[in-house]
Amino acid sequence: MKLLQGLRPILESLLAVILGLLAGSILMMFFKYQPAEAYIALFKGSFGTLGDILETLAFAVPIMLTAITFALGVRAGLFNIGAEGQMYLGAIGAVAVAGLLHLPPVLHVLAATLAGMIAGALWSLIPALLKVWRGVHEVISTIMFNWIAYHFSIYLAIYFLAQPGRAERTVPALPTARYPVLMEGSTLTAAIFAALVFCLFIYFYLWGTRSGYELRLVGENPHAARYAGASAKKVIMISFILGGMAAGLAGASQIIGRPPAWSLYATLGNVYGLGFDGIGVALIGRNHPLGGILAAILYGALQHGGRYMEYQAGVDSEMVRAINGIIIVALSIPELWAIIKRRIKR
Amino acid sequence: MNQQRIFWIIAIVLISLLAFYGIEIAGLKPLSILEATFLAMTPLVLAAVGECINEKAGVINIGLEGILLITSVLGVYGAEIFGNGWGGLFLGMVVGAIIGLSLGLISVYARAAQVVAGMGINIFALGFVPFLLRAIWAFPGIHLFPRTLMVQPLYTFIGRISPVTIIAVALAILGHILLHRTVLGFRIKACGERPEAADVAGIRVDLIRLFTATLGGALCGLGGAFMPLCWFGGVVKEISAGRGFIALACVVFAGLEPLLALAAAFIFGFAEGFAYAVAITPGVKEIIPFYFVHMIPYITTLLVVTIAIGQRRFPAASGLPYRRE
Repeated sequence: MKLLQGLRPILESLLAVILGLLAGSILMMFFKYQPAEAYIALFKGSFGTLGDILETLAFAVPIMLTAITFALGVRAGLFNIGAEGQMYLGAIGAVAVAGLLHLPPVLHVLAATLAGMIAGALWSLIPALLKVWRGVHEVISTIMFNWIAYHFSIYLAIYFLAQPGRAERTVPALPTARYPVLMEGSTLTAAIFAALVFCLFIYFYLWGTRSGYELRLVGENPHAARYAGASAKKVIMISFILGGMAAGLAGASQIIGRPPAWSLYATLGNVYGLGFDGIGVALIGRNHPLGGILAAILYGALQHGGRYMEYQAGVDSEMVRAINGIIIVALSIPELWAIIKRRIKR
Repeated sequence: MNQQRIFWIIAIVLISLLAFYGIEIAGLKPLSILEATFLAMTPLVLAAVGECINEKAGVINIGLEGILLITSVLGVYGAEIFGNGWGGLFLGMVVGAIIGLSLGLISVYARAAQVVAGMGINIFALGFVPFLLRAIWAFPGIHLFPRTLMVQPLYTFIGRISPVTIIAVALAILGHILLHRTVLGFRIKACGERPEAADVAGIRVDLIRLFTATLGGALCGLGGAFMPLCWFGGVVKEISAGRGFIALACVVFAGLEPLLALAAAFIFGFAEGFAYAVAITPGVKEIIPFYFVHMIPYITTLLVVTIAIGQRRFPAASGLPYRRE
């Protein structure tokens, strides 16, 4: 029985995912698609062969990081939805260092990764300061910053970082700045280790340090935190900056850790939406860095399989994102499990 | 309403007026800016007024952006089915009402975390809209429809104004009257401030909240269908471009007062109209890249919210589920 209690969050997450897929199939039927055909294509596509599994993992890399951004916000009592914009800037930072500077091999990868993380953190700084100084709600400030980042990044990509002769994308990362590809023919690179290390770092920060404890305390019980002497302002700043670093790393991972482009499309097409995907992934992973890794692999499978679904069944691969939205709505209901159980018992 | 906030509104309106006549000297056409302002403010007014009433009753819907997106596509679809722009606006309202009602149902009866559910609606829309575009018109990204399906504007002494804009302004005034002059309005406010007390007094908190959530969704849906059918003449997957969140900024700025939300929507609409006018002015468009012009509405929103965020007070039970003991 105790084991079942421990498994409950996982079961609830899976239930929400199943509900999302069901709702997705209803929408598909409404527009005269074959849901069974679409989902078979989706799951075959995501785990069919070893190559597909590696591809699924490659899709999981950026979203486990943007999930950290959102999860760190929730843990500190914030609703930080700025991962999208911070990720754009992270990608820009990585392109600038990886494409324009010349550095020795290992150092170059590190420098480009750091540049992405710093750019992401800088972009999260202003919403954080607005929250601390003026109490501007982070939902509004981060979304406005996402849109400013969108136009700013396209501007930088076209005016300063464009590849000569190819206006549709930026200069590619130099070979010295690229994470090595793990298996010939796949797009999974060693960037996944950087992402995993960052997730583990956040895990140890939250549950192994005093500062991390204060962050969780402020999020769970602001009044108790005040009596315990934890500074809410400090916690807000730390949550935003670490979140910005995670999102920046996510953006950088798509530039220096994702063939075949090794660059940023001027439409931001190869990073667009990854920040918002992280919100759903964080919620499926119960706002826990390690849960987020598992949820990211699940969602990466949906994304990679979604491409096969589009090819096989004609359903737009963006459908996966819509399913993610339904999963989020299902997870917003705290008593989902209890409601379902009551229905079964009757 | 505190005095500081009134002061800021007057100051901002005055600055807008000054800017308005200043630009005539700079070579821009003020009439066209005013027309663009009226267009840009309409979805904001509709979404913000509905959300003001909704939040007064204690339900927060941050899924406005998603509702705007979905209803803009389905509004065009409706217009093509009915062969008439007004039919599209109607379908947009119905779809918006359904989404609002769904959010109301899960917040009232299943005690959902409203902010999370609202964000779920936004992300759902992000994926559902490209799916819809491809499912309906077999082409992702963009859809243009015949000009005859557009809702024709009225020609007045201050330029062309869409009839929906007039409806939106009227709705803001009606919303004010509803909240402050009618019994229903007092009941709505009671549900947001003290749901237990409202319940004891015999008010059905659940029904009131369902009503406001549906009303808010319907108004937002009208605003969504307005964008392609009265304004752009086409639909793209990023058509709402953050307007749902700018509407939320209007609501925060207005402290849930529909008339102040109207004023805020005018300011943000002006910022957008001004941005468009700048973007197409010869001599300016060569110097300032239009990426920066696109940022003007968002920067304005940030500035206004940062400056004007005073000691606003929200209903005590805002965003909290209520269950009868």
